[in-house]
Amino acid sequence: MDFNLSEDHSLLKDMVARFVREKYGFETRDKIIKSDTGYSPEIWAELCELGLVAAVLPESAGGLGGTGLDIMVVMEELGRGIVVEPYIATAVLGAGLLAEEAVGGRGPGMLDDVVAGGKLLALAHGEPGKRYNVGNIDTRFDGGSLTGAKSVVLNGAEADTLIVSANGPDGLTLVLVDKGADGLSVRGFKTHDGGRAAEISFDGVKVSADDVLMSGADAEAALGRALARGTFAVCAESLGVMEAARDATLEYLRTRTQFGVPIGKFQALQHRLVDVCLEIEQARSIVLLAATNLEKDAAERDRTVSAAKSLIGRTGRLTAEEAVQMHGGIGVTWEFSVAHMAKRLIMIDHHFGDTDYHLKRFQTLSAA
Amino acid sequence: MQLDYTAEDEAFRAEVRDFLAARLPADVSARVKSGQMPSKEQILNWQRTLNEKNWAVHTWPPEWGGSGFTPIQKHIFEEECVAAGAPELPPFGLNMLGPVLLKFGSPEQKAHYLPRILDGTDWWCQGYSEPGAGSDLASLKTKAVRDGDHYIVNGQKTWTTLGQYAEWIFCLVRTGAGKPQESISFLLVDLNTPGIEMRPIITIEGGHEVNEVFFDNVKVPVENLVGEENKGWTYAKYLLTHERTGIAGVAASKQLLKKLKELATETDMGDGTRLKDDPAFAERIAKVEIDLMAMELTNLRVVSKAQAGGAPGVESSMIKIKGTQIRQELTDLLRRAVGPYALAYTPEVYEEGSNEAPIGPEHAALFAGKYFNYRKISIYGGSNEIQRNIITKMVLGL
Repeated sequence: MDFNLSEDHSLLKDMVARFVREKYGFETRDKIIKSDTGYSPEIWAELCELGLVAAVLPESAGGLGGTGLDIMVVMEELGRGIVVEPYIATAVLGAGLLAEEAVGGRGPGMLDDVVAGGKLLALAHGEPGKRYNVGNIDTRFDGGSLTGAKSVVLNGAEADTLIVSANGPDGLTLVLVDKGADGLSVRGFKTHDGGRAAEISFDGVKVSADDVLMSGADAEAALGRALARGTFAVCAESLGVMEAARDATLEYLRTRTQFGVPIGKFQALQHRLVDVCLEIEQARSIVLLAATNLEKDAAERDRTVSAAKSLIGRTGRLTAEEAVQMHGGIGVTWEFSVAHMAKRLIMIDHHFGDTDYHLKRFQTLSAA
Repeated sequence: MQLDYTAEDEAFRAEVRDFLAARLPADVSARVKSGQMPSKEQILNWQRTLNEKNWAVHTWPPEWGGSGFTPIQKHIFEEECVAAGAPELPPFGLNMLGPVLLKFGSPEQKAHYLPRILDGTDWWCQGYSEPGAGSDLASLKTKAVRDGDHYIVNGQKTWTTLGQYAEWIFCLVRTGAGKPQESISFLLVDLNTPGIEMRPIITIEGGHEVNEVFFDNVKVPVENLVGEENKGWTYAKYLLTHERTGIAGVAASKQLLKKLKELATETDMGDGTRLKDDPAFAERIAKVEIDLMAMELTNLRVVSKAQAGGAPGVESSMIKIKGTQIRQELTDLLRRAVGPYALAYTPEVYEEGSNEAPIGPEHAALFAGKYFNYRKISIYGGSNEIQRNIITKMVLGL
């Protein structure tokens, strides 16, 4: 066994870390989350220039890697800066799907533009009233026309092109719908973690043969991979956020003085931060396991991803709540980064299924 | 041993319920029940309505307009008010400053300030915490220097709840050079005095409830000193025992539990089952309900002790810890219950007069905000760590 990152991964990690440190301070982020679009086109262009979209795509599709460790290294560092740019929606989910071998129509031709930063994507899959149970969908694709509704679509309003899941004559079908299409209505909204999502409906949106990416078993397999990668991505991101929150809390315990001593001298607080540190190490282990299992067969992959997401949900909550509590009053203010880390940690539990959902999914997959 | 309410208690409950049904405006009740903050005007109108019946304050004697409720009646009254969706009255004048003035204020101060608190003329806010003095409140640095008929105040206060509505602030200020606890005074300051600046602090969920207040050579007349100079710490501690009463939040927790059960019953999991059918989630609801049942009785035990003439002391620390744990657990379950819709951060939808439809089911988008906002309750009013320190000392004797 070798737990060290390869040289390539170390370089990638350092590069993203440096970018976040130098270009993504609290005030920059605060301006971005309050802006109309909720992301910075300049930052996005730079992330693409650094090759971060290509980093999570396989070499077969012109990418630079695309393994679980690639996603982990990038997401962890983006997490440290609680970066809100549409990276998961466009790179991990969107570009990941376009890079699938079975993909057809105009899909493959779009990939270069996406990698270069010229196009944002979003995956419109979850539906109203379905909660995290995304297995059964009601959106219909028939006779070249798309009808249905999608809910809480990550970066759905910012995307130039949506990848939409629907049931059609050939079973599950993934189709492309461009922004502004007739019959498409999109209501974007802010999310507590500084991100954006959208409620989307399709009322007879015209879909040509060229817009169809894939269907049937290919689509099922590709969507399964995409959701596993997306779920895994937020797990790795959560790890980065947790470590940043832990570091900030440790710094606070060292420097905040009450009753004439740094509050880190109080054993009641010391032991609580120790517990947080222990749980974060456990989280790192499960994320590593999920990273290496991401390429394995679907059953093993999904079982490990669910294990990771369930554990991350618990640890994220513990870390968020303890970091806020140990910071006291300033921990609950908008002007302080720990509050935003806490919000991202808690909200990650509401993306791709929460800790309870994945605990149950883990049990089902383990019994199978 | 008799754990039921008496017939008199039940008659009183019916009277309160009838009054609320007749007098609480429906729009205000709807706003409060959905978890939103009513406007200053709505709050003060409700205070005036209650005051017509002498029901606005319970910590003052009847000759000053207090309700004269027994502790059990007060408990019943609060429970009914919360259940009906009545706005919470501002505690700063009524339950914090009022009792201090009644015990330590001069006859002139009582005659001037108390009626104005009661009729809503003056909204008070609290000037205790400072950036460097939170849990260690006695280390506060805001200075008041005597200059003829005035004090000159310089310094900064923070976490001033609803200061944006206030006309006056009561402040702890440093007036001497002796031991920290023996050089603090209690000053009443008109917020219109030149040299005061109030700035909003936006909290984690994006709301504006608290503020910071800056004092730059603020002239305060000496007659605004409460009690004696350098004795302020005694008054401050007296006030804090009142701040902690009602912190159990039993009535509020009952409402949150009710909402949680409704949600669990209504919420479709997307596979035909309901959230309430999920054994793990149902177990969590049951656990917190049991905690709350016990908490209600713990609170009543403390209340009854006060009824019999014993003063609640260290018990208020226990109740603060347990009460905040229960409310935080309930808001955690509420934000989980709404699933993906907890993500939506759409305060504009819930502003008064907004015609925008909510994202997801009605009010679903409010629960995550409530969860984040409620992180404060284990921090304010003496953090739960400080409460544990108090219990360590007072109960365990360590």
